[in-house]
Amino acid sequence: MSIFADSDTTVIVQGITGRDGSFHAKQMLEYGTRIVAGVTPGKGGQRFEERVPIFNTMADAVVATGANTSVIYVPPLLAADAMMEAAAAGVELVVCITEGVPVQDMTRVYPYVREQGARLIGPNCPGLITPGQSKVGIIPGRICQPGPVGVVSRSGTLTYEVVYQLTRAGIGQSTCVGIGGDPINGTNFIECLEAFERDPETKAVALMGEIGGTDEQDAAVFVREQMKKPVVGFIAGQTAPPGRRMGHAGAIISGAAGTAAEKLQSFRDAGIGVAQRPSDFVTLLRGRL
Amino acid sequence: MNLHEYQAKDIFRRFGIPVPPGEVASTPEEAEQIARRYGGTVVVKAQVHTGGRGKAGGVKLAKTAAEARDVASRILGMNIKGLVVAKVLVTPAVDIATEAYLGIIIDRESKRAVVMASAAGGIDIEEVAATAPEKIVKLPVDPRYGLLPFESTRLAFALYGDPRQAKAAAAIVRQLYGVFAANGASLVEINPLVVTAGGELAALDGKMVIDDNELDRHPELEALRDKSEEAASEVAAREANLTFIKLDGNVGCVVNGAGLAMATMDLVKYYGGQPANFLDIGGSSSPQKVINALRIIAADPNVRAILFNIFGGITRTDDVANGIVAATSQNPLTVPVVIRLTGTNEEIAVAILKEHGYAAMTDMDEAVKRAVALATGGGSKVA
Repeated sequence: MSIFADSDTTVIVQGITGRDGSFHAKQMLEYGTRIVAGVTPGKGGQRFEERVPIFNTMADAVVATGANTSVIYVPPLLAADAMMEAAAAGVELVVCITEGVPVQDMTRVYPYVREQGARLIGPNCPGLITPGQSKVGIIPGRICQPGPVGVVSRSGTLTYEVVYQLTRAGIGQSTCVGIGGDPINGTNFIECLEAFERDPETKAVALMGEIGGTDEQDAAVFVREQMKKPVVGFIAGQTAPPGRRMGHAGAIISGAAGTAAEKLQSFRDAGIGVAQRPSDFVTLLRGRL
Repeated sequence: MNLHEYQAKDIFRRFGIPVPPGEVASTPEEAEQIARRYGGTVVVKAQVHTGGRGKAGGVKLAKTAAEARDVASRILGMNIKGLVVAKVLVTPAVDIATEAYLGIIIDRESKRAVVMASAAGGIDIEEVAATAPEKIVKLPVDPRYGLLPFESTRLAFALYGDPRQAKAAAAIVRQLYGVFAANGASLVEINPLVVTAGGELAALDGKMVIDDNELDRHPELEALRDKSEEAASEVAAREANLTFIKLDGNVGCVVNGAGLAMATMDLVKYYGGQPANFLDIGGSSSPQKVINALRIIAADPNVRAILFNIFGGITRTDDVANGIVAATSQNPLTVPVVIRLTGTNEEIAVAILKEHGYAAMTDMDEAVKRAVALATGGGSKVA
């Protein structure tokens, strides 16, 4: 078992002929992800790597292949339309890797995708991977191994760091999900925690948050009230100077709300193990498995 | 990107919001001329990208043109929260009957633009928000329909009992939402929105923050950028497509991804060092980005050691390795460098680095410890 993606996941890559899209489509194919189609308007009828059919639209691609998932690597100002196109075409899961999507665009995308009944992960995220089954996005496959820890994170590369250290220590993962660091994203911590709590294969959860906003505090309340499985958490940005933007729009501190200290306290109050360093996840999780 | 008050007000005027006249001066003489044209009492207002200008002494009344010159000479060059005032706005003084607050932000919680209005406007609005939040009316806007007329009417009547003023305020609420939506803003604010002694509404101050991700759509807004408000290194970084924030420490950090960059800074501190900067080379990498990053960091005289922490996903570590080699062959580094990289194309990257005499580490804790030791003068010693 796993969450959101498994060996039945069939994927369409939106932007499959672009620099990032083509590179990561190849990586996903090598990992064993079932990529059944690509979409690039104007390149319909061609093939990617001589095997994956390319379509002009998501609607054509879904009708032809019955895919249930889309992963998006299109430029930022086209990403909102790509997300809505995917949801309208009927896939269940839309994963948007693209960074730099305008937040006003996301105010329209978020309700639209929900109304179409799809789940959105991202934007500005590394996607997800269920080790040994399916990789949808850009998380390097070789740093993962199947196992009992569910991983959810707002960051991309920090997720890799922690997963890499877990794998080196022999602790595998059920599914790793990067939810993205933008102010409006499709799936939040709580939705991932809910799914991990239900997933019989997940025995413990590693959660990586950042300064800014209240998602981590909300997640802590959920852990305290609704979860039986142990959770270990980390907050990046403990040394960040206050009131400055750190790349992710979410990483803005206003007043005392969203500081690392506040988030860590909410973790402790919820019985979440607090990792001071990324490497602390190994010892803290080992003690809880 | 922050706009100055005078820039925001220009945009407000174009959308029909009543804004008192005003002109910008860069010298006391210009301020005097503007004040003379207006006649009567004027307000001289520092144009800097921070709140609290009034409390810092950056907003002053002047009864005569000569006084305006005098006041402007004191405000120009003033340092407000680390920002030097290069321009002042000169605007006729207005007799104020009441002060209200009107603002629109993107709210993470409701995932919508939220219009906020309060009859208790002015400089203490944050205190009102903290102590009497019921005095602030909040209205999330459904992005499918935009702000509906009845919604702006409702907000307007929350501000004003007088029907004529409420109607004028409803128009301003709609116009301000128009400013917000049409310019890709993440925040617009009128504080205070005043009723003058004559009973008319006017936007006495204006603040706008543009979502950086919208700037490719709005070259006319990008043209309003005031580079004098940013550190030179931050300007250079932005132009090189890097996210950079200068800090006070001595360990220069080059990292990919904001989360890992913050975690790397945290770890530098954990092991007893001080980060010199936050630098995120971003997702899609290119050797040129690394060359630019190294140039910016090496220009900081405080930096005693440079730490690369690269975890390749969408970033290809061979791009980073090529960038390091290219940058250091052009300009050899004068401080030691610690390179930690792993992930996409790692084998190629390690081979490139090895060929040029660099060792690559794979463990984050060890790399950070080594960089801290080098920066604190330990040389070969590892903490």
